[in-house]
Amino acid sequence: MIRPDAELLLDISDLHASVEDQPILKGVNLQVRAGEIHAVMGRNGSGKSTLSKVLAGHPAYRVTGGSVRYRGDDLLTLEPEQRARLGVFLGFQYPVEIPGVSNLEFLRVSTNARRETQGQEELDTFDFEDHVRERLKVVQMDPAFLDRSVNQGFSGGEKKRNEILQMALLEPVVSILDETDSGLDIDALRIVASGVNQLSSPETASILITHYQRLLDEITPDYVHVMAAGRILRTGGRELALELEQIGYDWVDEQLAAEGVV
Amino acid sequence: MVNTVLTPVQKRGQANLERLGLPTRRQEAWRLTDLKRLEAMASLPSVEGSAQHAWPSIHQGVTRFVIGTGVDPLEGVQLPEGVSPLSEAELEQALGHTLDRCGCAETWPVELNHARSQRVLALRVRGSVAPLEIVLAAGGGLVATRVLLLLEEKAELDLFQVIPAERESAAAPLAHSHVIEVHLGQEARLRHGVLASASDDSSLLAHLAVEQEPRSSYDFVSVCRGWRFGRLEPRVLQVDGQATTRLTGLAMTGTDEQFATHTSVCFEGPEGSLDQLQKAVAADRSHSIFNGAIQVPRAAQRTDASQLSRNLLLSNRARVDAKPELEIVADDVRCAHGATVSQLQQDQLFYLRSRGVAADEAAALLLKGYCCDVVDRLPSMAPSWLASAAINDPARPL
Ligand SMILES: Nc1ncnc2c1ncn2[C@@H]1O[C@H](COP(=O)(O)OP(=O)(O)OP(=O)(O)O)[C@@H](O)[C@H]1O
Ligand SMILES: [Mg+2]
Repeated sequence: MIRPDAELLLDISDLHASVEDQPILKGVNLQVRAGEIHAVMGRNGSGKSTLSKVLAGHPAYRVTGGSVRYRGDDLLTLEPEQRARLGVFLGFQYPVEIPGVSNLEFLRVSTNARRETQGQEELDTFDFEDHVRERLKVVQMDPAFLDRSVNQGFSGGEKKRNEILQMALLEPVVSILDETDSGLDIDALRIVASGVNQLSSPETASILITHYQRLLDEITPDYVHVMAAGRILRTGGRELALELEQIGYDWVDEQLAAEGVV
Repeated sequence: MVNTVLTPVQKRGQANLERLGLPTRRQEAWRLTDLKRLEAMASLPSVEGSAQHAWPSIHQGVTRFVIGTGVDPLEGVQLPEGVSPLSEAELEQALGHTLDRCGCAETWPVELNHARSQRVLALRVRGSVAPLEIVLAAGGGLVATRVLLLLEEKAELDLFQVIPAERESAAAPLAHSHVIEVHLGQEARLRHGVLASASDDSSLLAHLAVEQEPRSSYDFVSVCRGWRFGRLEPRVLQVDGQATTRLTGLAMTGTDEQFATHTSVCFEGPEGSLDQLQKAVAADRSHSIFNGAIQVPRAAQRTDASQLSRNLLLSNRARVDAKPELEIVADDVRCAHGATVSQLQQDQLFYLRSRGVAADEAAALLLKGYCCDVVDRLPSMAPSWLASAAINDPARPL
């Protein structure tokens, strides 16, 4: 939903970032207002996950230029945990397995960290169990997953559902979902997409990183961006994604060449 | 209890200590040891420990013995069915037998214990009995304690030993010298847990000698942390092979602590098995040592042994020395061993932090996750100890 007067949640301006001294992001510009859904597409290796990790504060990525403001404040000076507590959520392309750490305990600790920042009271073990069971329905997940270690031995699709369960618990303001659709079967994709739709509101915004139109059939984007060589090369409406299905990314090279990038 | 039996033992212990002198770094078993700390510990006066308020209450159905207090540990204790004290004559015959068989005679920590200990808790176990808990009381100085257990044929026991060195009594250096001998008859089963948790200036020398008859099963789980100077030496002998041994250990060190685990398993007959996992977590400038000896002589054909040493370094100034020591003469055996050293995974830390978990809390969660496959194997009495003020320390979660 595009409302020009809606709150500017995320303002990314000329963002440059490197990993291991290698520049990956080379001037990303993106503005996200409340209520909006943005799709970010682009070839493998174009920098989509890097952008998402920089926004979440991964210590391996160094910001070398530009700025990111979240609800008016500098996001980049915040620790990753502070960003999460303030409502920035990253759904990982590759959720991490953590042997020995109970999924339930992890979910409780993180939910309470976010609740505390929102001025809500902490949930004790019992109240949290009730709360999480209710939220499980959003992703139609089996409660048995709560008793296992975080993501350990989860199938690819189960890990992605666990990510959306976390989103449902943390109630973020800005969600960046990095290829949450990859690895999901057809039914699971619908369930996850409907979960994301349920969790969206005029006060929140989502950035969906995806390679496939199928997700965008379920979650209609307001904007579609194409990343290439660490920048957003082109922005359009939902029809851009449909067009990409037809034409692929060959034009990207021509445009980059025309702009003297390669 | 029966002090008279120990009088000649003490004399011999003192004489042997004098003859042996302090270990030196030239001796392989002591090569990495901080001998100054060993000497400091040995020079502490013998004292009697005391029971502490911070200990959790006794679980229903569990019998607790408190040793090292100067009081007869059997006093006021209702022994469960199947457990009986050894008579003086029996004790005379059995005491030291397993130590000798396991090759512990004339080892320095054992002689120190001989020279210092005044009592021995000696029990015979028949049939399947209710769990026992043995708590080692601490005091300002060196507390020496000794235990002897005879499990008869087909006996079954869960034994939990707690070695707390509480902060409340930590004005003076605390030290424990402990020796336990266990004989497992044929088809006997012992699940044996040790939780040794300390802080500040505390030392531990604990020696375990376990003799296993055929088809017996010995399952040992140890969790040690917080000892400024510590050494745990479980030695297991399968007298005729055909027995099952499982050793699971965790040693956690911080600040400038040094802790060494020296395990030894010897198969003197065929078809024995060993399943061993030893973990270490070393933080700050601490030093963790593991030496895992496995002896498979010619008679021990078809032995099946595996040993895995996993080490987590939390600081680049911490040090881990882990060494398997396999002596395999028999040719038809399976003997696997491996060692890994790792650090907390950046990606795991970031994942937790990206969900709002503070960095130090995330590290604590990961650490707990790393330790849980050992800690969760402690006997059922362990959780209330771990939660008690005697052991629990939010800064060092287990
Ligand atoms: N930690 C890292 N170390 C080295 N190179 C990295 C690292 N992270 C990212 N890169 C490099 O940065 C580039 C962008 O990677 P990124 O993961 O952002 O791509 P992506 O657009 O998400 O691709 P995909 O569609 O395959 O997920 C790639 O060339 C990648 O190899
Ligand atoms: Mg990616």
